[in-house]
Amino acid sequence: MAKMLMKGNEAIGAAAIQAGCKFFFGYPITPQNELPEYMSRELPKIEGGAFVQAESEVAAINMIYGAAGAGARCMTSSSSPGMALKQEGISYIAGAELPAVIVNISRGGPGLGGIQPSQADYFQSTRGGGNGDYRHLVYAPASLQEAVDLVMEAFDVADYYRNPVIVLGDGMIGQMMEPVEFKKSNGRELPAKDWATTGTKEERTPNIINSLALDPAKLEEHNRKLTRKYKEIEKNEVRHEDYKTEDADVVIVAYGTTARIARNAVDALREEGIKAGMMRPITLWPFPEAAIQKVTHTAKALLSVEMSEGQMVEDVRLANEGKLPVHFYGRSGGMIPSPDEIADKVKEIIGGVK
Amino acid sequence: MTVVYEKTKGLTEKQTHYCPGCTHGVIHKLVGEVLVELGILGKTVGVAPVGCSVLAYDYFNCDMHEAAHGRAPAVATGIKRVLPDHAVFTYQGDGDLASIGTAEIVHAAHRGEKFTTIFVNNAIYGMTGGQMAPTTLIGQKATTSPYGRSVADAGMPLRVSEMLATIDGAVFVERVSVHDVPNIRKAKKAIKKAFEVQMEGKGFGIVEVLSTCPTNWGISPIESLSWLKENMIPYYPLGNFRTPEEGK
Repeated sequence: MAKMLMKGNEAIGAAAIQAGCKFFFGYPITPQNELPEYMSRELPKIEGGAFVQAESEVAAINMIYGAAGAGARCMTSSSSPGMALKQEGISYIAGAELPAVIVNISRGGPGLGGIQPSQADYFQSTRGGGNGDYRHLVYAPASLQEAVDLVMEAFDVADYYRNPVIVLGDGMIGQMMEPVEFKKSNGRELPAKDWATTGTKEERTPNIINSLALDPAKLEEHNRKLTRKYKEIEKNEVRHEDYKTEDADVVIVAYGTTARIARNAVDALREEGIKAGMMRPITLWPFPEAAIQKVTHTAKALLSVEMSEGQMVEDVRLANEGKLPVHFYGRSGGMIPSPDEIADKVKEIIGGVK
Repeated sequence: MTVVYEKTKGLTEKQTHYCPGCTHGVIHKLVGEVLVELGILGKTVGVAPVGCSVLAYDYFNCDMHEAAHGRAPAVATGIKRVLPDHAVFTYQGDGDLASIGTAEIVHAAHRGEKFTTIFVNNAIYGMTGGQMAPTTLIGQKATTSPYGRSVADAGMPLRVSEMLATIDGAVFVERVSVHDVPNIRKAKKAIKKAFEVQMEGKGFGIVEVLSTCPTNWGISPIESLSWLKENMIPYYPLGNFRTPEEGK
């Protein structure tokens, strides 16, 4: 298929439809509005497809809970404060082990915050804003092509593990235009959805979608089953990109939009003879711990660069296990770091290391 | 031998956990019987609430989905949009539907979602131990209205059927009671009608069923039936508020 120039939010919608998503439930919030708008335009053209504008993000995620329980590929999207409202449903979906894809085109916070690009939802995305012991994959694309690829992959991964998957972009990913092409998925073998509520036809015992277990022993057993699944995800699904890390003295850790800027900083520093590199997490959970541990043997310092006041840096520190000094540089509230600012921070660190 | 009575196939063999004298069991039976009589049990998906009937998923003999508190109408919306030819119902109490889930029920009705809601109103939070509900009567004592519900503090009890009947998408709205046999028969008729309206694709339907809670009301099962009749029905009048036949 030829490449098409598309806006991020629409490309994400198109990727979902390519992946077989027939149902979208959402609520307007900037900067993700083009995504539900696109789905409201395209899904009615698909036989059996439906778009519903929910009364709230709480309702939208619970519609997803129902649709996913009935065995459908479905998606919802929102932005930071709306994602906060979805946390209830995400916890239930994880607890009941249902597949669903949830897109967060995040913005500045806390509270109503602002509408400019931000990465301040790292904690919310990776720690789970909902109650209980649960985890879900978080993909953080840095380009629209990657967003398209990861959205399509997310549906397969969600079905494979029976788990919600979050695709975390920011206003930049949602709003900019880039050429994209839609490639076929890698063809994971997916289990049949024989657990779905599609009616017994009076031929089988009822299927029950549920996250309640009043017997503590049973709930612990369920939690341990979930934990085994999460370990499998940690083992199989971690993704990252190394950029000039082999001989780097300072390894920048950055994801999403920030990684694009950090890449420019790395190139500029290299031209000045400063050995900088970048490790870009593509999955925020599971976090690429091994990629951090690997560079601790060769680098002298780590620098987490984020559009936040410092969230991912905690995972960098955990993975680093105290081996290297871990630095942080962040801009927040919708302010975007420039390559020069990042390069200056690296120089400051090099000075410190010498 | 003549069979005089059989337990409906619409319910599982599981013994319910409901307190003695609670009328949830009667209402479950009516719903189960209706699903069998309409021949739709095998293509029904029920949505259970949070509250006393949280375990309803174990009792109805059809596919079931247990929702978060108040969110059953949103969950049912998702299911029905995926399975438009199936029967979908929510079974919700008054804490669930009339308090934490008001947005979800109002907007499901507003969109005219084609599912059926069985709304069990016993004027109290049962499962959590007898707290005041939006439907608790004036003067009625609850663990969070120990001096009796006052208008000044908590407002007047919410009449859900009357409120939903103002919404165009709610094509069938009826309030019934299960405090005696004639009313149980009327309740079954209303529940059947609500499911028929759904299967005909006409829109959203709700049957509000006045129900008892002897445990949290602190009176005997028999006294509860009288208390319902004497106190609830005067404030929550029985009858049909909307039906698709209107205006014909």
